[in-house]
Parts: sequence; C-alpha cells; structure tokens
Amino acid sequence: MTVPLSRRSFLHTASAVALVVGFSPRGALAVAPADGGYFNPFVKIDSDGRVTVIVKHFEIGQGTSTGLPTLIAEELGVELVDVAFEFAPSDVRRYANLLFRSQGTGASTSMANSYLQYRQAGAAAREMLLAAAAEEWDADPSTLVLSKGMIAGAGRSAPIARFVGTAATREVPDRPTLKDPATFSLIGNPRTSRRDNGPKIDGSARFAMDVQLENQLVAVVRRSPRFGGTVASMDASAAGGVPGFVNAAILPSHAGVVVYARDTWAAFQAREAVTVEWSFTNAEGRSSAEIRTTLLGAVNAPPEFVVREGPGVDGASARLDRSAQTVEAEFFLPWLCHAPMEPLTCTIEPTSDGITLHDGCQSPSGVHQALAAVLGLPMKSIRINTLYAGGSFGRRATMTADYIVEAGQAFAMTDRSRPVKLVWSREDDLAGGAYRPAVAHRVRVGLDGNGDIIAWDHRVAGKSIFKGSSFEQWTVRNGVDHSSVEGVPDTLYGIPGMFVGLTDLESPITVSWWRSVGHSHTAFVMESMMDMVARAAGRDPVSWRLDHLREGSADQRRLAGVLRLAARESGWDRPTEPGRARGVAVHKSFGTYVAQVVEVSRDAAGVTAIERITCAVDCGVAVNPDIVRAQMEGGIGYGIGHVMRNEITFDKGEVVEWNFPDYEPLRMSDIGRIDVHIMPSTAPPTGVGEPGVPPAGPALANAIAVDGPRVTTLPMAQNGIRFA
Amino acid sequence: MLKVNGHVVEVDVPDGMPLLWVLRDELKLTGTRYGCGVASCGACTVHVDGVPVRSCVTLPEDVEGAEITTIEGLATREGRAVQQAWAELNVVQCGYCQSGQIMSAAGLLAANGEPDTDVIDDFMSGNVCRCATYQRIRAAVTRAAELLGDDI
Repeated sequence: MTVPLSRRSFLHTASAVALVVGFSPRGALAVAPADGGYFNPFVKIDSDGRVTVIVKHFEIGQGTSTGLPTLIAEELGVELVDVAFEFAPSDVRRYANLLFRSQGTGASTSMANSYLQYRQAGAAAREMLLAAAAEEWDADPSTLVLSKGMIAGAGRSAPIARFVGTAATREVPDRPTLKDPATFSLIGNPRTSRRDNGPKIDGSARFAMDVQLENQLVAVVRRSPRFGGTVASMDASAAGGVPGFVNAAILPSHAGVVVYARDTWAAFQAREAVTVEWSFTNAEGRSSAEIRTTLLGAVNAPPEFVVREGPGVDGASARLDRSAQTVEAEFFLPWLCHAPMEPLTCTIEPTSDGITLHDGCQSPSGVHQALAAVLGLPMKSIRINTLYAGGSFGRRATMTADYIVEAGQAFAMTDRSRPVKLVWSREDDLAGGAYRPAVAHRVRVGLDGNGDIIAWDHRVAGKSIFKGSSFEQWTVRNGVDHSSVEGVPDTLYGIPGMFVGLTDLESPITVSWWRSVGHSHTAFVMESMMDMVARAAGRDPVSWRLDHLREGSADQRRLAGVLRLAARESGWDRPTEPGRARGVAVHKSFGTYVAQVVEVSRDAAGVTAIERITCAVDCGVAVNPDIVRAQMEGGIGYGIGHVMRNEITFDKGEVVEWNFPDYEPLRMSDIGRIDVHIMPSTAPPTGVGEPGVPPAGPALANAIAVDGPRVTTLPMAQNGIRFA
Repeated sequence: MLKVNGHVVEVDVPDGMPLLWVLRDELKLTGTRYGCGVASCGACTVHVDGVPVRSCVTLPEDVEGAEITTIEGLATREGRAVQQAWAELNVVQCGYCQSGQIMSAAGLLAANGEPDTDVIDDFMSGNVCRCATYQRIRAAVTRAAELLGDDI
C-alpha cells in the first residue's frame, strides 16, 4: 500500500513507524468556508461553533468515542460536553491506525496511536481560530486565549463561532504548540462522562443489528456443521411453506446455503426447513479430546520450531538433570468463542453508484478491499457507515472479513436491488469459529540448591492464528507465529537457561485473535508456573516475582511497580480471614502493565467464591481514568469468566456448545468487588482494552491453589472446581 | 392488537413470531435487543404491565391487552432514576445489553425500593453483559434506589 505524502507532515506522530499521514488543508474534506468546515480530517466546526470530532476507531465500549474527542477538546479549548463525534469513513490516507498499515482498531492501540495525532489536530484548530481572531482584532495571537469555547484577550471576548468561517480557510500550522500536560483539565480528569452514555441508556444507539431499511431482505446462512465441509446438494422446497421466506442459494464457496426472508424470524424458521447434504472430504472430523491428546503429545516431543534458544533443547535438558529440584506441569487451555453481546451482522445497501456497508466496522481497510473483490466494484463505489458495535473482543475483525464477505456474497447473488442484512444467530456465533485456539504447554523448571532457577524448558503447541493469512509477513519469523508464544520468550522475568519451542497444529477449525490474543494463555501458564516455582522454593509469590524483576530495565521497573501497588492495596502482607486465600499474577501486554490479586473463599462444602479483586495498572497517561478502570473491570470479568467455565468442544468435528446455556457467560453473582488502582505516569498512553484479561485467570488459579488443587486444565468448573 | 408504549398497534405476523421480533422488525423499536433467543441473556427484556419479561420467548397473543413497555417508552420514576444512575456511574461499555439491564433494574426497583446486594445480584443475574459491567450495574441500582428515596 502506498500512502501519498503531502508537503506537510502534519499529524505525523513520533510513534508512527513508517507512515506519514498527509493532507491538503483545503483538500477534498473542506466545505464552504462561510459555513465553517473541516479544520483537518479530525476536527469539523460548524458556523454555529459546534465542534465535531471524527473518530477513526470504532466504539465497542472501550471508550474511543469519549477518549479521542477528549484529546481534541483539551487542546482546542472547548468543553467535552460541547463536542459531538462521528465515526470516520473508510479512508486509509486520512484515518489509518498509525501503528498498523491500514485503517482499523485492534491490539489495544486506539489511544496509543491517536494521542499525539488528535492533540495536534485540536491544537492546530485552536491556532487557526486564534490567528483569525487576532487578525480581526488586530491583536498579537499570543495574547489571546481559547477556553471553554470562547476566545478572549486584548480586552475583548467572543465565541469561536464568530471566527470559524475565516479560520477554516487558513493554512494548517505545521507544528502546532501542544498544551503543557500540567495545565490539562480534561486529560486525566477522573470525572468526565462517557460521550456514548445518552443513546446507550435510552435505547436509541444504533448498532448494526438495528439497521432497518426499506424493503430489506434478511439473510441467514446454513453453514457446515464441521469446519471445512462444503455443500453437496440443497433442497429448499420445504422452506416455501414458511411465511416470509423468499429464496435460498448455495454460496459460491459452497461453504453454506444462504436463506433470504422478509424478516429475521422468518429467516431463522426457513433455514430450519432447508435440507442440505454436506461433503466432509476436507473437514475436521476429530473430537476435542483427540485434538487435546495430539497437542499434549506435541509438547512432549521435540518442537517443530525453536523460539528462544537459550541453552538449547539439550542444554536445558542437561541443566534440568543437574537441578536440585524440578517443577513440572502440563497445561491445556481450550478453544474459546468471543461471543460479543451483539451477534455478527451487517447490511449492504445498494446506492446509485455501488453500495453502502452498515456495520460495526472494526477494520475498514480490509473490509473495503474484501467487498470490492466480492462485489466486483471499484473501491470508490463502496462506502462504509460505521455504527456502534455491540462488543467484539476481536471477533468483528478476522483475516478474511468472514461475515462481511458472506454478506457480500449474499448480496451479489440477488439482483442487487434490495438491501441485504446478514444476521448471525447466537447459535451461529458459538459454532462459527475464529476461536481462541486450543493450546497445550509443557513447562519444566529446574532450581539449584539455593532455590534459584537454572533451567526453564517451555514447549507450546497450538494452531497458528496468522499463518496462511495476509498478515503472516508481519507476525511470522523463522516459522514462529509470535502470537502463539507472546509473553513466554519475551517474559520480563530474568530467567536463566530458558528454552522455548513451538509446534503448530494443523486443523480446519478456524482460529483468530481473542481479547489479549496469545497472552490469554501464555500469562496463565507463566504466572501459574511462577507461583508453583515460588512455592517449591519456599518463597512468597510477590517477593519471588520481584526478585526476578531486578535487572533494571524500565519494563521491569514498571511491572514491579504495579505488582507492589496491587500487593499493598490488597493487603497482601496481612493474613487473610479464615477460609480465604489470595493469589497474584502480573503481566505486560500491549505495552501496559497489570497486576491483580484475587481473593477467594471456600466453604465447608468446598464451593469457591470470588470475593474481591485488586488490580493495579500502568498504562502511561490515563487519558480517562474512569474508562481505564472500566476496562480493567471488564477485562477481569472476561478473563475470569472464561477460565471458570467456558470452552468450545467438538464431537466428531461438530461444535457441541449450542447457546448461552452451555457456554454460560459470567454473571453478576459470580464475581465480587473489583478495585482498580492506576499508577500515576507521564509516559505516553498505552492500551487498556486487552491487558486486564491476562492476569485474571492465573491470579484466580493461584488463589485456589493456596489450599486447594492446582488447576492446569481449563476451564476450572469442568476440572474439579465448584463455584458458588 | 398490542398496546406498546401507550399506543395501540395492529400487528399481522405469522404464528409463533416472538414479541422480540414483532418489536424489532415490525414496529422498528430496535432498543429491545436480540442476544440469544432463548431467555438466557436478558438483552430483550421489556415490561409487561410493569413486570420485566424476556420478549424473545413471549408470544404476542399472550400479552394482548397488556401494557407493553420498551426502553423507548420507559418513563416510570424507577426508570428515570435508573437511567440517571447509569449516567452518573458511566455504567455502559458497548451498550448492547444495557436496554435490557435498565428494564430489569427498573422492574426490580418498582417491586423492591431498597434491594440489598444479594437481592440485586440475584435479580440482575439473568441479564448478561459480556463487557462485564456488573460492578457498576450493582452500584447503579443501589444509587437509583437512593435517588428514589430522595424523591427525584
């Protein structure tokens, strides 16, 4: 992909690796100056002074529609409540994620890549307004101040609306002066309200599932019950008796049958009436127990790839042989479904020159290209209307844009005269793949006579997320998909004699990034092992960890910092009440450092309850501390709920779990109080959507292991732990 | 004939179409959300004569003549208090489940003006939030009860 570079490098941030976002200040985005207009791609101010921020990242609850407007409002000098927002159109030249090479949201990067860019956009608009006022008032711009939407100085004051027309025509300053962080009133303010509260509280928020267009068809897909299966033949005659049924057609890929109907209920009913013969020649036919055996076999054999050489596989083995004490464990973590509250859905609406996609769109660039290919349309004939997304946890973005391609195919098989809304049911969602891959780990740790680690042999096996995808070139090196092991070879603990090996699993079961990606399993294993080793060495789990974070890097200092903070706030050094136990875990992911202490109780009948969770997070500058807290709370819930009782299993290739009753989500009564403590920091902001997840599971496992079993096969509820 | 948010509406739908889809696809009241279709998540919660029910497993003929209230029509004291508390505490994340959460919470407070934590947990556990906003929901229900006590 090439990115046109303008004369200006405006909004090019220091963190933008190889990408300069340029634009012409009076380019395509500018509207008639007298009516106000775009000051730059991120700031639009109408002639009445109303500021609209263009938000380039979709809103899944992580707070982009509050956080990005906060950056603009802070630098511009307006109140956050006076700022409106809209989601950006698909336009990679203006709205690329500066840490990716495309427009999209993921890897907890929204704030990290936008922080300087949006502040600069706000500051540029401020300077343009001040320059216009200075000219009109014949004043020195440096004597004027823009605050709360008013420009004041030189003995005068006026609302920004007065200068919008002339200011919008001015040159965009190359390097606008940013505010001194000491003077921030919005960034870091713990009392800012979310900008999406209103419509989400009164029900008016529009999600993709809420699209209701004139004359629209609802399409559902009958998919192969086994991954890799294809349609051999189809008979839809019985569906003819379902009121509202319109048509049925085999997808060009033969991956399934599209059933079209007048409304959602009719589509669901008609789909049940369609008979399909499947070909399973290339399909997955194994059961999950067989695959688990395969994975556990792989971690007990020489690995396919060496990830971290350390002393080498033989060297690690020799060190283990001469260890005074060894600690070993095998782990198995199952397939997991994202299961966002809003099942997958999008609508393709025909327009005069192409189509509009209505979608809670996580990765506009990839979706845009995929739809152009499926529909045989030029990119410029495809518009993407991004709506609120009812959760994602990674599911709305896949390598193949799966549900959007399906919608494109479903639309392309019609006469293209009516909007087609593709809807997945919850059953489709659970059986629909793109899972967190099942993984096995085997770890052997050797300690010398002093209780110091001298060997760490770590083998991982699982299906690669990235291999075979268009992303492979970014993430796979020497055969190793880093996302399969991230958090192990790059652990921040100083561990001598560490060897890490990886073996890939081949399977048609589709896998993808699931909230926190590889960290969702590696943190469980690393933090469980550190606890087991600490116990074997007769050491306190917190001080043991701190002892392995003493090599002096900034990374280690920050990780140790959150660990100390969580320990202090949880009362780690004080004994627990009788019948209670605490466990700790700490992990860095997506640039953010998180430590958690989980306190559990167990009653006389052996039933475990999660009483209290203390979390400490270092994410650099907390732009919105309340949203940082909310993301930690949510990440903890997501992490713990799955570790407690969720798994996708297969019976001869077919997904067993059907709907929420057998993929039981975390519920309110499952979890006690969560206290989140934010480490004060002036470092650049890093992500918070995912990093709360990884430590939660192992902290729970470590708490349970204090006077209960050590759980190394998940989920816990299916492996011997009874929860309240 | 259904009475929805105070309006009498005539609906002509096939037998067996649950109230959820009547509201969403026929009446375009999309604030009531589909999450599972099997009364397991509560995203579709509406009030029937003031009592929270799961519209995905409710047949229109069974609620004929009753007062059906969706999030769009929620105007009770309890409803307003709940919505105010939700805003004060920044409860929402993705927001998809929150109509159902708010309908359940408003129904709870109409029946019990001072629920303790156990009652809240028990009553609200039928409503799933995959973003896990539970701790704030718990606090917001308590806050709404306070607001009602203050007679907003």
